[in-house]
Amino acid sequence: MKRRIFLKGSLAAGTLAVAAGAGMLTPKSVLAAAWPKAAFDSKTEVEALQAFFGTSDVEQSDKISIKAPLQAENGAVVPVKVMTSLAGVEGIAICAIKNPRPYTTSLRVTDGGGGLYSTRIKMGQTSPVNCYVKAGGKLYMASQEIKVTVGGCGG
Amino acid sequence: MASTKMKIKKSKSGGYEVMVLAKHPMETGNRKDKKTGEKIPEHFIENMEFAVNGEMVAQANLGTGVSKNPLIGVGIPNAKPGDTVTVSWVDNRGESDSAEKVVK
Repeated sequence: MKRRIFLKGSLAAGTLAVAAGAGMLTPKSVLAAAWPKAAFDSKTEVEALQAFFGTSDVEQSDKISIKAPLQAENGAVVPVKVMTSLAGVEGIAICAIKNPRPYTTSLRVTDGGGGLYSTRIKMGQTSPVNCYVKAGGKLYMASQEIKVTVGGCGG
Repeated sequence: MASTKMKIKKSKSGGYEVMVLAKHPMETGNRKDKKTGEKIPEHFIENMEFAVNGEMVAQANLGTGVSKNPLIGVGIPNAKPGDTVTVSWVDNRGESDSAEKVVK
């Protein structure tokens, strides 16, 4: 049994090393940051927020609007659109709380960017979807519950 | 295999909106091959970069939680007609693709 655990551990370490190697080899522009692996690997939302935004102090805001279906027939494709009228947007993140890995996707914005991000996400089950916007050094959020009839997280 | 399509449209809130459709399997690593019973390894887009006239305006970080053939939309409020918008992505295996279009 212990041997099995050891093997699993070494395998995981191996894939990590490969991923890191690949990241270093790919050409990237100077402004671009690396893929936030820690945030994507987090099992909880707070950890992910800490990893990506560097803070988990969140304030509810009505300046963020989420355009998403109330009920999604297919959990594999759930369109989510986040729009915000907040000034000085630095980043937008979308978390489907009950997914195995809640941190779904995010957007880093530089000065010329805007407060709009739309994507299609996978959802394992009915869950609130939290959208976070970092603007002017502060973190804001809005949430909407999406009902899922058929899950779409592998399996 | 790789193909990336891009569309630029006027946004209601002003400026433009770029929609990108990248053809990609976005494997989560949880799915199993029905024939062999083996797990299909993770394969997903990590970063997608949006640039206007060569200057990066936004970088989307995608993960396994994003649907297959991701459709990503990003606002570029400061773009003007004639500007060139470039989109490029890199996945966790180092594969990449890009697309370019001029704002009308």
